[in-house]
Amino acid sequence: MFVIKEKKFLSPTVAQFTIVAPFIAPKRKPGNFVMLRVHPKGERIPITLVDSNPTDGTITLIVQGIGKTTKELLLKNSGDSIPDVVGPLGNPTPILQNKRVVCIGGGVGTAELLPITRALYESGCMITSIIGGRTKELVILEEEMKACSRELVVTTDDGSYGKKGVVTDPLRELLMNGTSIDAVYAIGPLPMMKAVADVTRPYEIKTYVSLNTIMVDGTGMCGGCRVTVGGEVKFACVDGPEFDGHKVDFDELLMRNRSYVVSERVALERFEHGKGTCKLEAIQ
Amino acid sequence: MNTLKPSERMKIPRNRAIEQSPEERIRNFEEVSKGFDEERALIEASRCLECKNPVCIEGCPVNVDVISFIRLITEKKYLEAVQKIRETNYLPAICGRVCPQEEQCEKVCTLGRKYEPVAIGKLERFVADYEMSIGGFVVPTIETKRKEKVAIVGSGPAGLTCAAELAKMGYNVTIFEALHDVGGVLRYGIPEFRLPREILDVEVDRIRQLGVQIYTNFVVGRTATVDDLFDEWGFSAVFLASGAGTPHFMGIPGENLNGVYSANEFLTRVNLMKAYKFPEYDTPIRIGNEVAVIGGGNTAMDAVRTARRLGAEKAYLIYRRSRAEMPARLEEIHHAEEEGVEFILLTNPTRIIGDEQKNVVAIECQRMELGEPDASGRRKPIPIPNSEFVLPVQTVIEAVGQAPNPIIQATTPGLETTKKGTVVSDEQQATKRQGVFAGGDLTRGGATVILAMRDGRKAAEAIHKYLQNSH
Repeated sequence: MFVIKEKKFLSPTVAQFTIVAPFIAPKRKPGNFVMLRVHPKGERIPITLVDSNPTDGTITLIVQGIGKTTKELLLKNSGDSIPDVVGPLGNPTPILQNKRVVCIGGGVGTAELLPITRALYESGCMITSIIGGRTKELVILEEEMKACSRELVVTTDDGSYGKKGVVTDPLRELLMNGTSIDAVYAIGPLPMMKAVADVTRPYEIKTYVSLNTIMVDGTGMCGGCRVTVGGEVKFACVDGPEFDGHKVDFDELLMRNRSYVVSERVALERFEHGKGTCKLEAIQ
Repeated sequence: MNTLKPSERMKIPRNRAIEQSPEERIRNFEEVSKGFDEERALIEASRCLECKNPVCIEGCPVNVDVISFIRLITEKKYLEAVQKIRETNYLPAICGRVCPQEEQCEKVCTLGRKYEPVAIGKLERFVADYEMSIGGFVVPTIETKRKEKVAIVGSGPAGLTCAAELAKMGYNVTIFEALHDVGGVLRYGIPEFRLPREILDVEVDRIRQLGVQIYTNFVVGRTATVDDLFDEWGFSAVFLASGAGTPHFMGIPGENLNGVYSANEFLTRVNLMKAYKFPEYDTPIRIGNEVAVIGGGNTAMDAVRTARRLGAEKAYLIYRRSRAEMPARLEEIHHAEEEGVEFILLTNPTRIIGDEQKNVVAIECQRMELGEPDASGRRKPIPIPNSEFVLPVQTVIEAVGQAPNPIIQATTPGLETTKKGTVVSDEQQATKRQGVFAGGDLTRGGATVILAMRDGRKAAEAIHKYLQNSH
């Protein structure tokens, strides 16, 4: 059992958990993730490790409530426990040294970007960070990102905070102004990462994307996470999760991630009913 | 005591196990075979000729004393019988169910030369189940306590057996399991209708009762490396038994369409995650009305029979050779046929076809004929030109083999690996690295439960010797 030491909401739908996991904490590197299960009938889902503290043996996860499992996780509080957490999994992100890089985070992807940005900062990179969300409350970790970036730009789709627009707008501006960029790290929804890769492709700037795929075990056993990169089939769990954004077949992955939309909806609806939002079911 | 004369024993026909009818069982995940009742077991045991030269014992990879345990059954000493088995095989309830006895002990049974062999496997299962039903298990006494710590990587049949043997010798044993539940392939691979989970749980609990500690959610190579196990955790020896968990794909067009699974993923979703109980359990599974499973081994049989139980009206098994070359157990092939699985033999898929939403709608196949024997001794399938045809299916499951997971090899200096990704070990299961032993599918690349158990036993003996000599 993995005890939750601390929980705080970063936005109404995004929470940060500090979890006691003494074996995982000292082994975590930026880019690693864990697989977790919220209860004995639950599914296994991958969540990126945002941070860890080897001294007190804790790890930090940031979770947005989207489907049933993540919403259940958000109901957990400090003192509660999670039955299964396993990791650190996946390859660590390649961290460049003393380069000029742009780090781009979309929505809760910013949580996954933060440890990488910190590592790049510590290895002497000069960083411009761009973080965005659909609306103000989906922009998270602004202060933390600011602390490890030379400059930080915030965008929102609806203009409720920062610049109105999407994260590729400031990136395009940088490139048009002739800023020399050695590499881009982009983490967020698949369409966002695809858009970033499309922007940097003509400039031939190395673009790392972190792929969120469907996984069962997270250790290379199932192949559910397979993705086509440069014409080759890769397993995101053991070959990734970071890949060269210019080579990823995003359209295929978008379709693959829709594999269980029907089941996911069924599970979520049942869950929402079970919470008592549906009066009818509560009476029964 | 068996008072029958040999000539009388030979005349008794082999007993058949009690089974669920095919119509009934394709609607549930309960065990197909209910085994023998006491009456059948007694009659079956009385068939044993008690040969002077018991070839059955030689035929068993772990050399179970077959003659003695069957004699104890005829004397109605069922608990003593199971204890006799457990002297060399700590998991009789599992082996009685999943061992290919027809290839081992029963294959060489003297009675089988002229009549049908004694149903040794079903007898093994009978005494194991009897013991379980009356709670008759007694933890073996551990005579000498030893201080050395041994780490076992993986909780499948090789790991569990090695752990049990070392614990009985008095060692301090810890198993590290990557998944959240114990049993390895017995848990994620073999379906419940062949091995009920209560049986597995009881057998695992008996390993714990020997004092073996089990860490789940622990990926050796990630959570701790083999070096860490020696340097930081203080283990004196390590047995690697992480299995062959990486699925192969055929490499044909359309494999990334929605509705294409590796058998590993399909079976793991159903067996480990209980997707057949969705939405009570959260893990979903896609199953079409028409399902194609590719392959001819036991995993293919498990997948296609699972597909039937999940509601597939048509479940095809596509295999490129003929029935004679199928590596699956006869019993499984027979059960699959009874359950309405359609075998499409001498046929190989060439591509999977999808619709605009990238969902599988059909599979294109090509007919094959058999040529000369290949390296494996089986006749090589050769495509017949212009024999392509299209079969409408919505789910495709590839059961075309698996390789060891590369995580441990990549993070453990000093191990030798083959091109197939298996770890090299010698006769004593020792690897090139001192203190590190390996066995089961990690070294074999995909074999049986009992061979994994034999490796586990041999490794335990070798580790014992190694630890004795290193003082």
